[in-house]
Amino acid sequence: MADVMQTTSGANGAAAGELLQVEGLSKYFPITKGFLRRVIGFTKAVHDVSFTLANGETLGVVGESGCGKTTLGRTILQLYDMTAGSVRINLDEGQLDVGSLTPEERKLFRRRAQMIFQDPFASLNPRMNILETVGEPLLVNGVAKGTELEQRVARIIEQVGLRVEHLRRYPHSFSGGQRQRIGIARALVVNPRLVIADEPVSALDVSIQAQILNLLQELQGEFHLTYMFVSHDMSVIRYICDRIAVMYAGRLVELGPKDELLERPRHPYTALLLAAVPRTAKGSRGKRLVTAGEPPDPANLPTGCVFQERCVHVQDICREEDPPQVSMSDRHFAACHFAKDLNLDGITVAPVTLSA
Amino acid sequence: MSDTGRGDLLLEVRNLQVHFYLFEGVVQAVNDVSFDVHRGRTLGIIGESGSGKSVSAQSVMGIVPSPPAKQLAGEIRLHRATPDGGIETVDLGRLDPRGQEYRDVRGGEIGMIFQEPMTSFSPLHTVGDQIGEAILLHIPDSTPQSARERTVDLLRRVGIPRPDRAVDAYPHELSGGMRQRAMIAMALSCDPALLIADEPTTALDVTIEAQILELIQELQDDLNMAIIYISHDLAVVGGVADEVMVMYLGLVMEHADAETIFDEPLHPYTRALWQSIPKIDGPLEQLVPISGNIPNPFAVHKGCPFYARCTERIQGVCDESPPPVLEPRQGHTVRCFLYADDVDLASNGAAGD
Ligand SMILES: Nc1ncnc2c1ncn2[C@@H]1O[C@H](COP(=O)(O)OP(=O)(O)OP(=O)(O)O)[C@@H](O)[C@H]1O
Ligand SMILES: Nc1ncnc2c1ncn2[C@@H]1O[C@H](COP(=O)(O)OP(=O)(O)OP(=O)(O)O)[C@@H](O)[C@H]1O
Ligand code: SF4
Ligand SMILES: [Mg+2]
Ligand SMILES: [Mg+2]
Repeated sequence: MADVMQTTSGANGAAAGELLQVEGLSKYFPITKGFLRRVIGFTKAVHDVSFTLANGETLGVVGESGCGKTTLGRTILQLYDMTAGSVRINLDEGQLDVGSLTPEERKLFRRRAQMIFQDPFASLNPRMNILETVGEPLLVNGVAKGTELEQRVARIIEQVGLRVEHLRRYPHSFSGGQRQRIGIARALVVNPRLVIADEPVSALDVSIQAQILNLLQELQGEFHLTYMFVSHDMSVIRYICDRIAVMYAGRLVELGPKDELLERPRHPYTALLLAAVPRTAKGSRGKRLVTAGEPPDPANLPTGCVFQERCVHVQDICREEDPPQVSMSDRHFAACHFAKDLNLDGITVAPVTLSA
Repeated sequence: MSDTGRGDLLLEVRNLQVHFYLFEGVVQAVNDVSFDVHRGRTLGIIGESGSGKSVSAQSVMGIVPSPPAKQLAGEIRLHRATPDGGIETVDLGRLDPRGQEYRDVRGGEIGMIFQEPMTSFSPLHTVGDQIGEAILLHIPDSTPQSARERTVDLLRRVGIPRPDRAVDAYPHELSGGMRQRAMIAMALSCDPALLIADEPTTALDVTIEAQILELIQELQDDLNMAIIYISHDLAVVGGVADEVMVMYLGLVMEHADAETIFDEPLHPYTRALWQSIPKIDGPLEQLVPISGNIPNPFAVHKGCPFYARCTERIQGVCDESPPPVLEPRQGHTVRCFLYADDVDLASNGAAGD
């Protein structure tokens, strides 16, 4: 489609202050068989996901392995073609319909939406020094070159807590935490608005995680960034996010403001996930609930609610009908037939943890 | 468990020192590590990457690759049960790690589970064949038939559904959680007195991790097994360990019962570590990162290895000589100058262990 960019953000019903609107987004991967690669089914990695991101907020996306977190992020960024649905982003330059970008729009989108990856070791090219690594997106997108490029790289390198003397060094001479800083610099150097961070601290040592989390928070203020922060670690999500989205078997089962969702979860899966995290406070340390079962195979989902097999509140209707998205407020919903009726336990925050 | 709350002494490790002689230099992977393990009890080992947790455990198993590793000092004594109901002491350090006697200990008295189940299993054989082989090797008078029956039994016991079918599955046909269970079954195949678990749940989701940990604890209660549980996840260790050892760069920095380590930590490193991790139920504003990076493993430290990152360091003291191991309270040891009294400081902290 050769649409011209729209100049008014706020078109298409975007509420003021909204950066991203995701509607009915699905991504299915074909399952093939034999030499002819006949398609025999689909992995419904992401199915019918809708949410919006406000400018400057951090949305945490949490869920167990294989629930579709990475696929959701990559589909939003157009690293995967979407199977269905739409993604719109509201930039100063206008609104983009990410599913049908013109080549020119695609260039702009590539700069304004960036990704930070989990594995700082695998995501850097060992043969490129830091100047080349961080400068590459500027060069490729035709944003800067020569001394201007070097100046911009030097500035961002300092902002992420590395030193300019490091510019000519190669990735192997950096620690895991430093490499993740390089990855962050590379994402931020093109002035993005949206940053999707996929497990950015999961590969880091515990003592380094906090440094990177704090850095991401500082940079968010400085660069007016909106984050989608993907993690399987509920404690990390709790620390860094404003709102939390919980995924299960490709579905968004609950989304809500952090405190509300943690203290009073509305979806039984959210409650189960929270209960499984070991507590740290004196008196309840190490306590966690054990529930049987594993998530279903996303290529072979049951009719009705995807969580029915593990749910202790399951009723007949759950095996027959897809649960609707029940709204608790305009910013909090849960996809459960009984979201309004159940009284589920969440997290009780301890007043003080350290005595010494 | 005995009436005193501490089981019988099963394993004693004293002043273990293991270095790696590599082309780039010497890595002092384990420098001075001592601990006891009691029947029916769990020792947790925490510390960041490269602190020597795995090498300590591998030394007990006799599986540290040598060369490049060399055990320079230390004793590892196993007090094992004899067939007639007595106890005999084996000095594992004296045994040939490749010899038959050590092999009988591995997979006999001591079982081990790793983070990555594929390091225990070969992808080429079925889970059942591999567990069965371990049983045939270690359990006297077993036949292929009895070994298979025992395998199915073990798989059932670790919570694998349809164990009579899973026994013929190849490792890659099982989910991550099920593979981990199968590995536990293998480690348990010979009723070990000691189970060494090296980050057994790090690659798993919390819900599956909770299942595996519950399983390990049930088995411990049933078999009065001792467990060494290694993890970098403090919250997890807080849930499983009776006592905790905190390691940093090959040294035990602090050792106490679990309650004390988390509620009243003394060592600046333990405190910093605890304050730096996000907690599911802690106040949000308390996350304080540890500054700096994990030091270069080839570096040799004249003073305390944590000096460069320590917020409580005493210049001219902590960087001058190795901190002593002190016992400010009964059963609570800490390797730090802050707890040395003036006498020790005057004698320049040399009053080590
Ligand atoms: N490129 C791909 N081709 C085929 N299937 C895929 C592909 N990427 C992901 N899948 C499948 O889609 C589902 C969702 O995977 P995804 O990687 O998005 O999960 P995740 O939530 O990021 O998991 P993790 O926590 O393990 O990273 C899984 O069943 C996965 O096997
Ligand atoms: N086979 C080996 N060859 C060379 N060096 C090794 C070997 N095994 C361990 N080391 C080194 O010994 C030190 C201690 O390693 P160890 O594996 O015990 O750390 P760890 O505490 O288990 O860390 P992690 O949390 O990353 O598993 C590290 O510096 C490591 O690089
Ligand atoms: S010995 Fe000194 S530097 Fe080391 S932890 Fe104690 S106070 Fe800090
Ligand atoms: Mg992922
Ligand atoms: Mg290790």
